[in-house]
Amino acid sequence: MEYLKKYPKLFQWLFLLIVFFALCFAIDVPETYKFIRGQAEFVKDPNQSVYFFLGKEVRYYAFDVFWRLPPLLGWLPIWINDSLFFLMNEWMPMEFWNEDTQEFKTRPILLQISRNLTAFMTFLIELIREILLGGLETIVAFTSWDFIDAYPWLELPGLPWTIVAAGAAILSYKLSGKGLALFAGLTMIYISIFGQWKPSMQTLSFILVAAPLSFIFGLGLGIAAYKSKRVEKALYPILLVMQTMPQYAVLVPALVLFGVGDHAAVIITMVVAVPPMILLTILGLRAVPPEVIEAGRMSGCTNWQLMLKVLIPTARRDILIGVNQVIMVCFSMAVISAFIGAKGLGFNLLLALNQLNIGLALEAGLCISLIAILLDKMSLAWANKQTDYFGNLTFFQRNKNVIFFAASFVIGIILAYVGTFIFKGSFNYLFEIPHNKGISTADFWNKGVDWIFDTFFVYIKAFNTWLIQDVLQPMRALYLRMPAVATLVLAVGAGYLIGGIRSALVVAALTLFIALSPWWDRALVTLYMATFGVVISCLIGFTVGTLCFQNKKSAAFMLGVCDIFQTFPSFVYLIPVMMLFGITDTSVLIAVIVYATIPATRYTIEGLRSVPVGLHEAATMSGVNKFQRLTKIEFPLAFPHMMLGLNQTIVFALFMVIIGAFIGTEDLGQYILKALSDKNGAGIGLTLGICVAFIGLIFDNLIRTWVEKRKKHLGIN
Amino acid sequence: MSETVIKCESVYKIFGENAKKMLEESNGNVDAKTFQEKGCIVGVNNASFEVAKGEMLVVMGLSGSGKSTLLRCISRLTDATGGKIFIEGQDLLELNNKELIELRRNKMGMVFQSFALLPHKTVVENIAFPLQIKGTNTEESISRAMEMVKLVGLDGRENYFPRELSGGQQQRVGIARSLAVEPDIWFLDEPFSALDPLIRKEMQDEFLRLQEKLQKTIMFITHDFDEALKLADRIAIMKDGIIEQLDTPANIVLNPATEYVRKFTEEVPREKVLIIEDVMDASSKDDLGDLKVSKDEIIENVAEKILTQEKLVGVVDSNNNIVGSIKPSKIIDTVFGGRKNGS
Repeated sequence: MEYLKKYPKLFQWLFLLIVFFALCFAIDVPETYKFIRGQAEFVKDPNQSVYFFLGKEVRYYAFDVFWRLPPLLGWLPIWINDSLFFLMNEWMPMEFWNEDTQEFKTRPILLQISRNLTAFMTFLIELIREILLGGLETIVAFTSWDFIDAYPWLELPGLPWTIVAAGAAILSYKLSGKGLALFAGLTMIYISIFGQWKPSMQTLSFILVAAPLSFIFGLGLGIAAYKSKRVEKALYPILLVMQTMPQYAVLVPALVLFGVGDHAAVIITMVVAVPPMILLTILGLRAVPPEVIEAGRMSGCTNWQLMLKVLIPTARRDILIGVNQVIMVCFSMAVISAFIGAKGLGFNLLLALNQLNIGLALEAGLCISLIAILLDKMSLAWANKQTDYFGNLTFFQRNKNVIFFAASFVIGIILAYVGTFIFKGSFNYLFEIPHNKGISTADFWNKGVDWIFDTFFVYIKAFNTWLIQDVLQPMRALYLRMPAVATLVLAVGAGYLIGGIRSALVVAALTLFIALSPWWDRALVTLYMATFGVVISCLIGFTVGTLCFQNKKSAAFMLGVCDIFQTFPSFVYLIPVMMLFGITDTSVLIAVIVYATIPATRYTIEGLRSVPVGLHEAATMSGVNKFQRLTKIEFPLAFPHMMLGLNQTIVFALFMVIIGAFIGTEDLGQYILKALSDKNGAGIGLTLGICVAFIGLIFDNLIRTWVEKRKKHLGIN
Repeated sequence: MSETVIKCESVYKIFGENAKKMLEESNGNVDAKTFQEKGCIVGVNNASFEVAKGEMLVVMGLSGSGKSTLLRCISRLTDATGGKIFIEGQDLLELNNKELIELRRNKMGMVFQSFALLPHKTVVENIAFPLQIKGTNTEESISRAMEMVKLVGLDGRENYFPRELSGGQQQRVGIARSLAVEPDIWFLDEPFSALDPLIRKEMQDEFLRLQEKLQKTIMFITHDFDEALKLADRIAIMKDGIIEQLDTPANIVLNPATEYVRKFTEEVPREKVLIIEDVMDASSKDDLGDLKVSKDEIIENVAEKILTQEKLVGVVDSNNNIVGSIKPSKIIDTVFGGRKNGS
């Protein structure tokens, strides 16, 4: 009894677990149960049950409701699909002037809007692309095909790669200094020499449209939400879901709304990249000290001046993290949106992965990562740039960057011109090195992979088999063995114990949505993979973080490594693991672990760092040794922050599991991938995405609630 | 008294949803407790006073007394719930947004407790900020800002960032920034409270030096009674949003109006605050000894001389006319005795 009084929570948890396991044992697996189930609208099988809702037919395999809930939300994807179709093809038809046929045409308004939007995006992308690579679409957009036939010399020639490389280096030098300039120059030269110039510039043109647009929209909406509570309340739920929504899932609806191509990719990238930008903008603006705002007001700022000159610059730190996120998401999407026809490095990467040409994939992946890091660093440097008011500069000093660029422009053109004489009849290497004519190390890597496979095949295979047979399969079976009711009880109970009735209700709603969707089994598989990844990632991340924290230099180094790794598009992580483990669940899991270890490590270091110095000294004076200090002082205080890291780890892991479907796993991601090639896939894709997002949100809710309570308890913040 | 610059007439500031309605219903009889029960917090309760040109009014009160709120009402960083505020005869609450901005750009300067510098701007950029907001061109604003840098003694540090400066230096930047547009009215919200005692004293002296030169109309907020005594022409002591007493430092020390004010004055070394004029006897001018003291001397400075006298000591004004006398025993009385009942 005394223990009960002392640790009431502990006993409540124990009680919850007992109920959970009791339910698990009490409810048997139905004999008819097979893993593949609930395709709702895919399969027609005489054994299926049928119900109708809102005129939609939903088919499913019926089980005992304690074992699996019937997919009462099975109509949702079909309904979303039909609504989308209706909106795009039938809703509010209006007369629109058609340029090509020179007549009025009746079109649904949404279709027209979508077409105009895509046309605008296409124009932007083409404009930048043709400046970099040459082409005639831009001119045509202003005039007509006939016009360009008459004046073929108007076609944009594109810039020689030497000029772009020099321009990037000079811009980097202006923004930051020699180091970045060197990096920029080398990156560009690498890209060119390795024959990745064209796809790189295609990707770059995509990014140069998507990233600024995302930034502007995110900042604008963030400001709107900061100014008006109502806007914030309206945005918040969408933001929350989008934070945990896998990027894959939004592809399918985009396909329906905007079609295939770069323009759709840009729009969809904005959908994914804007939410974190909004959140960070709000966060940053909220954190501006009230006295700074008052100081701005007393200086006589108008509302605009206050926003532009006081609030945004003061909130710069968080807004910059937002920019960083935007760039990260853009590059990530540059790869993923290759699924819906975006051109560039992403397409090459996917193609190479599909052909199992690891060497090529590695080169494309490296290019993407290098450009990502470069743009990230440049945006950072731009935001931190200083103006010098006192330097008494000469004309040359003030304009030296422009002069240098002009000079390199001229030299580049001369070189390209000279090139036409040197490389007569073949390709002009001084203008652009074609895709397959550069140096390629692909063969080397492929041979390397083959060698590794040949040499270590036995060990890798043995490890693989062991992992799959002895760890993964049993774990998966265990997860699938959970009756739906038991899982619900566990989730809701945890919600109640952590955050009271409110949390319990939120968690119940989220879990029920998944349970009532047709993909509960798949969600369990997703969950098992994510759990496995998260557990290992946390073990590694917490250990590495703690070890690195022991020394200031290693901690800073580790944070830098995390920064760089975070900039890699998520798809890139699949390359090396496929090199080693081929196409198996193991590959996916290892990619998940590597990817999800980043936030775990980062938050551990940050959490430990945030422990006040005073406490360290107090602890030292009480005569603790290093280990005691770690366990008694640092861990308890850093724990809330580390739990936020766990939260991020879960989100990262879920993302990677879903992306892993590309290699072929059996989880929700597999279905999202399937939905991509299904003409009725939009509803399914979106619903699946929401399911994944909700898995993330369940943990997010529980962890955040706990952290807030704990922080209050410890008096942090 | 010369012309009035700031004038407040029964200013109220009440936080809460129905504040305005409740204030109207209360007929100017605001009781903090009843308001609190209905979910409103009284920040400023019926404040009326005037500040003359070139005068320094120090508002003293403990935290939560409403002193900062009062200042924010007068700078209109928050809108007063009731009452009238006049700045140089203009009704502040009637100004539209544009006029208010004009007023702030040209007439007002403010210094903040936590300095409130813009972290992304250097010292000189921070100081030039109000000028640039006004639309002054870069060259002119920077050169003006450099003058201010010199005025507050930060030469050589103009390209530092706020984070690279000590607290005292940061506040010098804050002061320079608030003075950059040459405002007539200067608001200081606990400017020295976040500083170390030694730096604080140094800054106070510096501040007095500046004020001697600039002669601004000042509202100075502080929670430090000694600081108030040292700087003020007049002191307003606030408690729970009400101005308990508004008077010259000497009168407050000699005649505390309420029990609350008296508690502050108890520990004050009077010989350092009072001048001869505050304690002299203006009626008896006869039978004086040889020693004459000026009526503006602080008691501490002449106490020793007076105490050696046996006869009455004559008190003279700046024209050497005798305006009164003081008994040596009065000095002892002032310094050591009679604290319980005032003088």
